[in-house]
Amino acid sequence: MALLDVQDLNVVFQTADGPVHAVNGLSFQIDKGETLAIVGESGSGKSQTAFAAMGLLAQNGAANGKVAFDGTDLLSLSPRQMNKMRAEKVAMIFQDPMTSLNPYMRISDQMAEVLTQHKGMSKRAAIAEATKMLDAVRIPDAAARITMYPHEFSGGMRQRIMIAMALLCQPQLLIADEPTTALDVTVQAQIMDLLGDIRRDFGTAIVLITHDLGIVADFCDRTLVMYGGQVMEEGATTDVFAEPAHPYTKGLLRAVPRIDRDDDVLQTISGEPPDMSRLPAGCPFSPRCDVALDHCAVQRPAKEHFGADRRRACHKPLAEVTS
Amino acid sequence: MSPILSVRDLEVAFDIRPQGAWPWTPSRKLHAVGGVSFDIAPGDCLGVVGESGSGKSTLARAIVGTVPATGGQILFEGADLAAMSVTERRAHRKDVQMIFQDPLAALNPRMTVGDIIAEPLVTHFPKTPRDEVKSRVRELMERVGLLPNLINRYPHEFSGGQCQRIGIARALILKPKLLICDEPVSALDVSVQAQVINLLAELRRDMGLSMVFIAHDLSVVKHISDRILVMYLGKQMEQAEAKVLCTRPEHPYTQALISSVPIPDPVLEAKRDRPVLEGDLPSPLAPPSGCVFRTRCPKAQASCAQVQPEMVVQEGNHMIACPFHAPMQVLQNA
Repeated sequence: MALLDVQDLNVVFQTADGPVHAVNGLSFQIDKGETLAIVGESGSGKSQTAFAAMGLLAQNGAANGKVAFDGTDLLSLSPRQMNKMRAEKVAMIFQDPMTSLNPYMRISDQMAEVLTQHKGMSKRAAIAEATKMLDAVRIPDAAARITMYPHEFSGGMRQRIMIAMALLCQPQLLIADEPTTALDVTVQAQIMDLLGDIRRDFGTAIVLITHDLGIVADFCDRTLVMYGGQVMEEGATTDVFAEPAHPYTKGLLRAVPRIDRDDDVLQTISGEPPDMSRLPAGCPFSPRCDVALDHCAVQRPAKEHFGADRRRACHKPLAEVTS
Repeated sequence: MSPILSVRDLEVAFDIRPQGAWPWTPSRKLHAVGGVSFDIAPGDCLGVVGESGSGKSTLARAIVGTVPATGGQILFEGADLAAMSVTERRAHRKDVQMIFQDPLAALNPRMTVGDIIAEPLVTHFPKTPRDEVKSRVRELMERVGLLPNLINRYPHEFSGGQCQRIGIARALILKPKLLICDEPVSALDVSVQAQVINLLAELRRDMGLSMVFIAHDLSVVKHISDRILVMYLGKQMEQAEAKVLCTRPEHPYTQALISSVPIPDPVLEAKRDRPVLEGDLPSPLAPPSGCVFRTRCPKAQASCAQVQPEMVVQEGNHMIACPFHAPMQVLQNA
């Protein structure tokens, strides 16, 4: 059984301008110890998918469908049960580590709180455990620095603290929402290395939400490409990059300037990202797609399974897209 | 050809006063930029890369003249910026324009797009007839890929990529000679980023613009620049032709920077040897003695702490601020 099984997830926000469908009929699975990348641009619904699974949607948002973690449906849990689930089974780290840490609390208190609340440890034992975890995420001189406040750390260090805090209860699944977007490249490389080690040492499954195709290529077993709240394609990372089966993935891969290549002109995807409150009835990418067929704008493409455990949603025949 | 912009040993320092300090407490100096020199030939593009806190934006601001240089010289077409009178400086501002990182924040939310784009023209040439202003604005909107009938809309009605196009149109209406781009694409989505990069490259070619292109993303900088300057903690680390810098970097910092850039190719990534830099950027208020990079440098020696490294100049005006420099192949198939 898959560790996390998402079936037909929909997320809708009620806004003053009418309902906004952030996620439409999303399905995916992740197994124990696996890494899955959810790739998409801003507004593709990738973060809202994670928020829905974690029960962290904004007040005006509602999720329906099925999000099963180890057989338990997360969407039907009471807040109290969800709270327990969140720390002990599934953990999440966010893009901006400064706004995710409490600026008024020492790191020691913030980290110990997790353990005293969820594991019933004494404060002293909890701090000892937290120090060990800070060591594990390679914070130098952890024993001395644990009593510091968040502002006394650099961005990379704060993200390490967030990761350490997420791992305190040894969750089976870690959802990382753009964990390195706010960091410099050299620090990004450090954090990605750290996440790789965590996966190896703790066997944690990781969902990496990102817009950066580069870090996906380096880190994830499987890749899921989202656009306009829907899955465009999914498959093993090597397959998706070697032979993208959707015009959007293809365009995205060509639009990234690469340091190892000399391209004179970058291939672009024309148009602008979608307005989520006015999505076309058909494929959300159809207004920007350069190979769109007549019925793409009105009819939603069905999910098509092909190859080695791959999926795609496109009206254009596979052979024509990959050629 | 004589360079359009020459920067010689530029230094910019800020006075930092701790909060709640007494009036007589001496302020501390923060050296944001120290000893940076480069030339830009007409029509060329210089890329500036570095991590946050490396002084790239301060450098841009010093060239435009919004922060005063505390040392060194900035020569624009041979004229020293610091020695200019008020009127000369106003003329200089016409020739140097800037585009910014956050496209929406750079536009006044209470002005229409037409007014925003026209503002530099109306400020510098107040006698331009209104019809002409309007036709110039429409012409430019078309040039940067905006529909001219959106002229009366407000910035919030546009997406990030379109706002950046408005910013570009505003910068170009005075037909500047030099365009300073401070992280122009880092706030944009990948698919839109490519559109804006292509637009800038095209405009540069068609209008013969010289450019300073600042970004933290080395792959973007490499794509658009002729030469690249690598900065770290306000100091110049290496400077070379874009291609040379990316394929055969010699400074240990440039090498680390390039190997940290992820490549969207799983097969290549798996084969690639990626040495990761330890630690974080030191505080610019208390930079390391000697070479500023030595605290994170894999090649650091005891002598690095004592003396500031001399700039080594190699063939093709390849400048390296490291006595232990050595070429390294960081990318396999480049």
